[in-house]
Amino acid sequence: MDGNLNALTTVFTEFYYWVTVVFMFLIHVGFCMYEVGASRHRNHMHTLMKNIMIIPLVTVTFFFFGWWIYWAFPNFPFFGGLNHEAGAANLPWSQNMATNLSDRITGVFWAAFLLFSWTAASIVSGAVIERIRSSALWVHAVMIGSVFWIIDAAWGWHAEGWMVKYLGYHDAYASGVIHAIAGGYALGVIMVLGPRLGKFAADGTPRDIPPHNPWMLTIGIFLIYSGFWGFYAACNIPVISPEGIGGLLTGDTWTATNIYLAPTSLSAITFNFLMSLSGGLMAAYVVSKGDAFWTFSGGLAGIITASAGNDLYHPIQAMLVGAVGVVIVYNLHYWVERRFKLDDAVGAVAVHGYSGIVGLILAGFLLWGAPSSPYEGYATVNPVGQTIGAVIMFGVLGWLPGFLIAKMQAAAGVLRIPVEVELQGLDYAEHHAYEEAKAEIIAADKAALNGGSVPAE
Amino acid sequence: MSTIGYDSWAVDLAEVGAVYPFQGSEGLMVVLGVVFWIAWHRIQFVREGAHLEKAKQMGDKDKINSLLEKY
Repeated sequence: MDGNLNALTTVFTEFYYWVTVVFMFLIHVGFCMYEVGASRHRNHMHTLMKNIMIIPLVTVTFFFFGWWIYWAFPNFPFFGGLNHEAGAANLPWSQNMATNLSDRITGVFWAAFLLFSWTAASIVSGAVIERIRSSALWVHAVMIGSVFWIIDAAWGWHAEGWMVKYLGYHDAYASGVIHAIAGGYALGVIMVLGPRLGKFAADGTPRDIPPHNPWMLTIGIFLIYSGFWGFYAACNIPVISPEGIGGLLTGDTWTATNIYLAPTSLSAITFNFLMSLSGGLMAAYVVSKGDAFWTFSGGLAGIITASAGNDLYHPIQAMLVGAVGVVIVYNLHYWVERRFKLDDAVGAVAVHGYSGIVGLILAGFLLWGAPSSPYEGYATVNPVGQTIGAVIMFGVLGWLPGFLIAKMQAAAGVLRIPVEVELQGLDYAEHHAYEEAKAEIIAADKAALNGGSVPAE
Repeated sequence: MSTIGYDSWAVDLAEVGAVYPFQGSEGLMVVLGVVFWIAWHRIQFVREGAHLEKAKQMGDKDKINSLLEKY
């Protein structure tokens, strides 16, 4: 750090990301609570463990290779190959990836991205509850969390990504980059995995499987909202000088920027986060006829739909975009469920995937002609680029790998739990041992009370 | 032509104000937003009225009594 002003900026940035990461941890707490609330009692510990173990598995793999992908892949493989220089600085054996007083940002920036990785994996986890093998889910978690979502981030969420450069792709708060890809991936997996037993009647009519614990589910989604707000802040670079971004802005005013280094402010995204949440909640209440869980999920879907352009929208635009998105994704969810007999246990494909797609396409129209980046020569935002972007995020990097990997797991017989285990519940074996141990202790206590053998004093 | 009024970010931020799309139509956006809000109340009032009307025919006395006992 050269000079106290630079030192202050660096330490502020370091602290800023650290705070956002801690807030984003709430997303994972929320997902755990939501999944446990939605699952039936006999599957609680399995559901919880399935989601908790995403944390270490995605963390270590993101350290080993996920972070390198982000820096090396912006133009790989079609537009200039790997960026070895940027990649090398972020390899696990680089000195930047360790305690280093001349680099105070890499660790916290890495962690902000890592928390996005957990989120991508956790979105998939919700769709497959009560019937997937943990081992299969954990492979999917690593693949989406440390490989596919970070490829999409390099392509469409990096200042030099080829999608930004050539398509004018703009996705400031990750409608596509996190949500469309995770929703698409979840769709690919559930197509192979099949529905929970009892989800569809013999004539194919879908049945509602009510959540076990509505309170837990509600608190879970509120924690996700809270973490999501932190996620919005984590998508910004908090303060930077025009020189700091290569003179891309003229004049000498410092600013916050989005991930593409284009100017924005925390104030703008706070307006838009809250207004899109509100638009989503109001529209979901109406469209679901007051269904509590769809209303809460609609708040999330509203934010996700508006996220692609929430650095630039007017708050009323953010509210209306959120509302329109929710109406589309709610109807699409039930149409897909009826038509294709797919069981998405928590509506993850709709809330994240369809919302992400709708959000990207709407941003293409609303922001038509806006610069996608401050770099010269980049395509501007346009509906065609955003639509192609949506196909890449949801279909190519999300649905396709999810489907193929799940197919391979199914062929190897390691995707789905046995029917007998699904009927007795995934926790039965553990509970069985617990109940037996409890019965033995109670019997011993009763024997002692009735004058039987007692331990030596 | 850009909906936000800027085709490039090579600008002096000291001279930049609003950057949202369709500047100049704030009044229209407020009207749309207020219509959305009022329409929401109207839909909700009507729906709730119909729901309560249906709900008041549903419970038989024994079941309601047992609910009262539950507190």
